[in-house]
Amino acid sequence: MNFLDVKDLKIHFPTDDGLVRSVDGLSFGLERGKTLGIVGESGSGKSVTSLGILGLHKGGRARLSGEIWLDGEELIGASSEHVRRLRGKKMAMIFQDPLSSMHPFYTVGHQIIEAYRIHNDVSKQVARKHAIDMLGRVGIPEPARRVDSYPHEFSGGMRQRAMIAMALSCDPELLIADEPTTALDVTVQAQILDLMRDLQREFNSALIIITHDLGVVAELSDDILVMYGGKCVEYGTTEDIFYRPEHPYTWGLLGSMPRLDREPTERLLPIKGSPPSLINVPPGCAFHPRCPYAERTKGKADTEVPALAETEGGHLVRCHLDRAERQSLWENEIKPVLETQ
Amino acid sequence: MVTYIIRRLIGAVAMLIVISMVTFGIFFVVPQWAGATPEALASRYVGRAATPETVALIAERLGFNDPVVVQYGRFVKGLVAGAEYDYGAGVEQCPAPCFGYSFISGQPVWPDLVDRMPVTFSLAIGAAILWVLAGISVGVLSALRRGSFFDRLSMGTALAGVSLPIFFTGMISLVVFSYGLGWTPPGGAWTDFTVNPAQWAYNLLLPWITLAFLFAATYARLTRAGMLETMGEDYIRTARAKGLRENQVVVRHGLRAALTPLLTLFGIDFGLLIGGAVLTETTYTLPGLGQFAILAIRNQDLPQVMGVVLVAAGFVVVASLVVDLLYAVVDPRVRLS
Amino acid sequence: MSDNEPLLSVRDMEKHFPVTKGLFKKQVGAVKAVDGISFDVFKGETLGLVGESGCGKSTTGRLVTRLLEPTGGKVVFEGEDITHMSQGRLRPLRRDMQMIFQDPYSSLNPRHTVGAIVGAPFRIQGIKTEQGTKKAVQEILELVGLSPEHYNRYPHEFSGGQRQRIGIARTLALKPKLIIADEPVSALDVSIQAQVVNLLEDLQNELDLTYVVIAHDLSVVRHISDRVAVMYLGKIVEVADRKSLYSVPMHPYTNALLSAVPVPDPKARKERERIRLTGDVPSPLNPPPACRFHTRCWKAQEICRKVEPPLAELATGHQVACHFPENAPDQTPAPAATAG
Ligand SMILES: Nc1ncnc2c1ncn2[C@@H]1O[C@H](COP(=O)(O)OP(=O)(O)OP(=O)(O)O)[C@@H](O)[C@H]1O
Ligand SMILES: Nc1ncnc2c1ncn2[C@@H]1O[C@H](COP(=O)(O)OP(=O)(O)OP(=O)(O)O)[C@@H](O)[C@H]1O
Ligand code: SF4
Ligand code: SF4
Ligand SMILES: [Mg+2]
Ligand SMILES: [Mg+2]
Repeated sequence: MNFLDVKDLKIHFPTDDGLVRSVDGLSFGLERGKTLGIVGESGSGKSVTSLGILGLHKGGRARLSGEIWLDGEELIGASSEHVRRLRGKKMAMIFQDPLSSMHPFYTVGHQIIEAYRIHNDVSKQVARKHAIDMLGRVGIPEPARRVDSYPHEFSGGMRQRAMIAMALSCDPELLIADEPTTALDVTVQAQILDLMRDLQREFNSALIIITHDLGVVAELSDDILVMYGGKCVEYGTTEDIFYRPEHPYTWGLLGSMPRLDREPTERLLPIKGSPPSLINVPPGCAFHPRCPYAERTKGKADTEVPALAETEGGHLVRCHLDRAERQSLWENEIKPVLETQ
Repeated sequence: MVTYIIRRLIGAVAMLIVISMVTFGIFFVVPQWAGATPEALASRYVGRAATPETVALIAERLGFNDPVVVQYGRFVKGLVAGAEYDYGAGVEQCPAPCFGYSFISGQPVWPDLVDRMPVTFSLAIGAAILWVLAGISVGVLSALRRGSFFDRLSMGTALAGVSLPIFFTGMISLVVFSYGLGWTPPGGAWTDFTVNPAQWAYNLLLPWITLAFLFAATYARLTRAGMLETMGEDYIRTARAKGLRENQVVVRHGLRAALTPLLTLFGIDFGLLIGGAVLTETTYTLPGLGQFAILAIRNQDLPQVMGVVLVAAGFVVVASLVVDLLYAVVDPRVRLS
Repeated sequence: MSDNEPLLSVRDMEKHFPVTKGLFKKQVGAVKAVDGISFDVFKGETLGLVGESGCGKSTTGRLVTRLLEPTGGKVVFEGEDITHMSQGRLRPLRRDMQMIFQDPYSSLNPRHTVGAIVGAPFRIQGIKTEQGTKKAVQEILELVGLSPEHYNRYPHEFSGGQRQRIGIARTLALKPKLIIADEPVSALDVSIQAQVVNLLEDLQNELDLTYVVIAHDLSVVRHISDRVAVMYLGKIVEVADRKSLYSVPMHPYTNALLSAVPVPDPKARKERERIRLTGDVPSPLNPPPACRFHTRCWKAQEICRKVEPPLAELATGHQVACHFPENAPDQTPAPAATAG
């Protein structure tokens, strides 16, 4: 059993317009010291998944089912109070927009001290020392002075560092970073990614990094989960996903992206259409309205939901095409176009 | 921060000057434009029986023939430094702040106003405490249990509270609680706090509740809306992700941000009330500034009306100044500008 | 790059936003959002403008389209000096110069139909097309990959990428010569981003458009541009054609930017040598003196803090503002020295 095991997780929201199937049968596992990257377009259910693991949907109108095992404990069936105690201590989260994610009325120090004292019975002075220490560790200059600054007095990069300091203050074993660098500049993004990599090594925590930027996952992840319409469509090691991708959606993502590490291509290869509504998910394979290979699946694409099947060595793909056909498509049609020009 | 305070102070003083100009304009300049002669103004000071000669003389002595600017200067000087009036029957000293003399009683206006203030203060402060407590707690609970029976009931009541006029709720409660049940005095009763605090509170209970009901309704609705908005903010999610208990999330992170905007409204409401809770005081015949204003208007007692208007405006300005400064303490982002 | 007259020519353009303080709103300083930049845009080409948040990219776009008035310098469009031209006289020129904005959600009025939005420029400019506005609008909708039936629909019925297409259709309505696109794809999903990038390129070929594309994403800029200008704190630090800029970047900042872009290749993360800048971009209110990059530059020396490096041409069409460029000899700034 892994440190974190998510099994058939479903998170649905009843709304006036219908049932939103934000996460629909997601399974994955993660070891301590490893990094999982979750990629997918806007609305594919990435954030809902991470909030679900932290138990932050409890008390809301979300309908959860499935199992989440963290270090041998099941969390979906556990009491809210029990999950609350784990939150911040055993598992912590970093959010996308560091400005709106910090309370504007309290100093950065106050917010870190608060996080620390929820789980540690120490005096304010001790917690303050710890906060200063944490700020220093995430690379904030003059931490003893900046601990009394308000979030709006920090630059974007410093705010995200402070968020990281807050998340790491209780030494969590699972850290989920939801688009941690999307709001930041490239040079600052690079600093934050380095910082996260270093800290993860130091704390030996399990890290889930959620992003829509394939570059970011390639930098950090050991394994990658590609999400589409609330489901996992492909899962594998970072090498699998970048060098041997087998799902047409993953190919689409790779083709859409202009790359700096290759000669510029004449044209990008976008995916046609736009991401599906999670209320009326297309029947069968959710990707079929946008998939160029839908006709090749003998009429199954829009009737039968393909299973997430293992190809080899833990590489999972959800597609009706047979493996040989997918591999030949990738080798002969997709890869040459992506690489040669 | 210091510049901020100074700027707000200067703003407040400027506001007061503008208000004094407007008030002066309404009561002295506009009638003249509307065709009232200096004599017509002066005649109010001497009563109907005076001969035209006397009136003309008084008009001259009171300076109604002078240019408007000179008159305004004199008016302001009276407010700040006091004034001397000469009605022909000897010079009278009117110490600062001089709002002139009542047409009816011949007494200076200011001491009369001061006399009435404790009543209005008592009414406003008591009601404010009640409505803030009730409004906020109902609003918070409604927001947290959105869509529940409690939410719908309290918001329905609040809607009624906002839309029912105060003399209506006031009369109904008088009829029920005083005349019917005899729990509270039937209005008109006033005991000074220093004389007998218990009696003071007992007499004011019904007016407090009636007045507070109106405001509590507004505050409950605004608190609910504010809470719903803040509880959806990203930083609330962060607070939960830290593992904070839900009640602490609500109080420390949600409430503080939700209530800050209410501060401004409270400043204005409270300032206005201090200037006279007109309807409540009339309904319960309490001898406060509001009732004073009504009587003054009914008697066309120009100096009294003007006095009460200026005092009320002054309270609003001061209250909103205090609130703005408080705001800067509560919300660190304001200090920047 | 052609040798003919540039379509747009910018010289020493400045925009300083005054900063006031105290009781009497005394001016105590200025945000030097754009502080003396010069560049040319030639007909039919795409100039990319990259840089980090707050370096003045959007301000530059607004200045050249005269949505803002420069506080210094000169903007020449088609040989005409428009730097301080009155709004009345600018009006006919606005047809030729259009802007596309970042946010496809907020830049479309939710209460207007697509037809009204795309047709609005015709009406504002008082143009009556012979076929009638409707026909013209429907043609443009087809051009940007929407269907003519979308004429009577409202923006909220469209996805992000489609909304950006509507925005582009509105821009194209008057057949402009120059289009300034301010972060045209950064609010869109990757797959949609690629659709819009391709659309912009197709339209350029079909309609012979000239673009200035403002973006913070270096890969998108490389894909779409012929020439690229890199901005830092209100200054242009390097301009070159895309090939030399991306293969032999000379300014240390450009090198750092390129090195910071995460590469979607897991092997590369081990092999790549990285340049890591420390700190954030300083405030444009008090930019560092002389070379503005010296607070973060690993090559900075005494002279960088004292003498501002001029934007000099160090290779054909490759201009750099640095005393100690990469991939080029040091620029000795002694008075008598000959650069190059
Ligand atoms: N509380 C909620 N009620 C109803 N629907 C919700 C709720 N929260 C999320 N959703 C829906 O679930 C879907 C998935 O949302 P999610 O935030 O997980 O997307 P995401 O993959 O994180 O996208 P992004 O990249 O834009 O952050 C969306 O369609 C969203 O509208
Ligand atoms: N109207 C204004 N008044 C004062 N300062 C301004 C104004 N507009 C922009 N600025 C400042 O000028 C600088 C440049 O702004 P600009 O919007 O051009 O940056 P940008 O490069 O487009 O950044 P981004 O990538 O974040 O869009 C910023 O520091 C900004 O705060
Ligand atoms: S199942 Fe069919 S439609 Fe779905 S991704 Fe595979 S080929 Fe495309
Ligand atoms: S001039 Fe000096 S500080 Fe500026 S970029 Fe060049 S080397 Fe760095
Ligand atoms: Mg998300
Ligand atoms: Mg911008």
